[in-house]
Amino acid sequence: MTDRLTLAVVTAGLSEDSTTTRLGEAITQAASGVVENAGQHVVIKVVQLRDLAHGLTDMMMTHVASRAVQDAIDTVLTADGLIAASPTYKASYSGLFKQFFDVIDESALENLPTVVAAAGGSPRHSLVLDTAMRPLLSYLKALVLPLGIYAASEDWGHNDLQRRIDRVGASLGAMLLAGSPESSGSSDGSSHGDAARPGLRREVKDEFSDVPDFASLLASVGS
Amino acid sequence: MQLGIFTIGDVTQDPTTGETPTENERIKATVAIARKAEEVGMDVFATGQHHNPPFAAPANPPVLMANLAAQTEKILLGTATTLITTTDPVRIAEDYSYVQHLADGRVDLTLGRGNTGPVYPWFGKDIRQGIPLAVENYQLLYRLWREANLNYSGRFRTPLQGFTATPRPLDDVPPFVWHGSIRSPEIPEQAAFYGDGFFHNNIFWNKEHTERMVDFYRQRYEYYGHGSYDQAIVGLGGQVFMAKNSQDAMRTFRPYFDNAPVYGHGPSLEDFTEQTPLTVGSPQQVIERTLSFREYAGDYQRQLFLVDHAGLPLKTVLEQMDILGEEVIPVLRKEFDAARPAHVPDAPTHESLVARHAAGKDPIPGGGPESQAAKDRAKQAEAAQRDHENAK
Repeated sequence: MTDRLTLAVVTAGLSEDSTTTRLGEAITQAASGVVENAGQHVVIKVVQLRDLAHGLTDMMMTHVASRAVQDAIDTVLTADGLIAASPTYKASYSGLFKQFFDVIDESALENLPTVVAAAGGSPRHSLVLDTAMRPLLSYLKALVLPLGIYAASEDWGHNDLQRRIDRVGASLGAMLLAGSPESSGSSDGSSHGDAARPGLRREVKDEFSDVPDFASLLASVGS
Repeated sequence: MQLGIFTIGDVTQDPTTGETPTENERIKATVAIARKAEEVGMDVFATGQHHNPPFAAPANPPVLMANLAAQTEKILLGTATTLITTTDPVRIAEDYSYVQHLADGRVDLTLGRGNTGPVYPWFGKDIRQGIPLAVENYQLLYRLWREANLNYSGRFRTPLQGFTATPRPLDDVPPFVWHGSIRSPEIPEQAAFYGDGFFHNNIFWNKEHTERMVDFYRQRYEYYGHGSYDQAIVGLGGQVFMAKNSQDAMRTFRPYFDNAPVYGHGPSLEDFTEQTPLTVGSPQQVIERTLSFREYAGDYQRQLFLVDHAGLPLKTVLEQMDILGEEVIPVLRKEFDAARPAHVPDAPTHESLVARHAAGKDPIPGGGPESQAAKDRAKQAEAAQRDHENAK
């Protein structure tokens, strides 16, 4: 079985060579390496929020998603793992980062293995992961891994940062492997493994698939 | 095919002159626009219902409809939309029946939930109960129009004992009801359950979503046995602005678009015309774009355009309606009617509903005995019976 796993990186880095984007991509590489070593293929999809800034603002006002914004949302909805990376602005994630998650449906990230990452100028902002990013993604019901990475300017150029990246990558990689049908199926090829690990393999919900029958809607109001 | 216009009655500053009409001017303009709609040969004029500035649409649409009934002969007077969540169904039953009599049956209505949050508490309601309110209130409205001496108790309204809504609907046939929703699938489900029409405003949402909603409604209409998938009654909105050539249309409309309520200061005119059914261009472009709605909505029965918003002055609106009446609507009517297979019905009118009623062919809510819905219910009942016997 050659089921491919998809990792989505959502980065709110703004400059052409952004440390936020580099951090997000480094974590993705580390996680993908772990999964590939276990014999599974990984597809990496990068969502650059900078390119969507106008589209996201328009969507706030009109509810109409441009093609590019819809593609980005679909990328995250259908991914097996998410790396969410933001620069640290004024003690929090950036406004652009929040805008993207504001236009995503409430339950869209349910059970999605997620790593939070932030870049900042000063190590004194490291709690941004826990005070801002984690609550947002927990609200969206993502499975936010206990390990995240905050990288201050002074962290770049130290081996320690790469060690932390590898550690987070290993953690996310293991989670992806645990949730994939390949590893959860038994060796004889039968695949009742999904049921053994409920919740880890997400289903993308179709809002039209579970519309209540009208008789039950009527019954619920009791008229 | 019914072709016409719908208005939300916004009182908006004209961004090119800085002038804002008074409420009186806006209301009188609305009447002039409705009369013009009849004059240029449109089939439908539909008004919104609003309770808050900057809108001067009636809080109770039959007030306007009654006035228009007296000033017009042929045009069908509708709503887009009547707020089923915050308006007492008893008043809807009574007021729309009354205006139906005044207008000799030239009345129908489109129910909507309303997306203006502050309105709900003014009427003692909660926006989070939008769907249950729409479900319960319509079930009551449906019964009020069909049953005398009604006994009723529900979650949202004081109970009724031996109540008869007056006047009774004209010829004992209630006005046709469309259910409008942009994205909640429960509403097309509701429309299908009763065999009513489904209206999608088709303005603030891209066509892929309109397509899903219409497709879902058609499937469920067939499931409830009111007709085949392609016989379901579908209405669409749309908005247009026209000039002889498309560059002039874009140039004239741009300042209105850029400053419009709802989408102004947002997407560019180019992006919005690409992403939504808004069409700004020559009459021929409007014809082509509108005919293309068939590709995703199927053969449908009603097309309404928004033409009088965003501060466009009355003179411009009337000019737009002249273009629609002279160059666009005759072609659309001919093309839509030619494309539609014979087994797909026209939009209901009072006359067709009276005939249907006399023939004993009114839709049965939830589906008659031949419907798939009824067969599924019978199967479920059988299974429940078996379980019951096995348990003995």
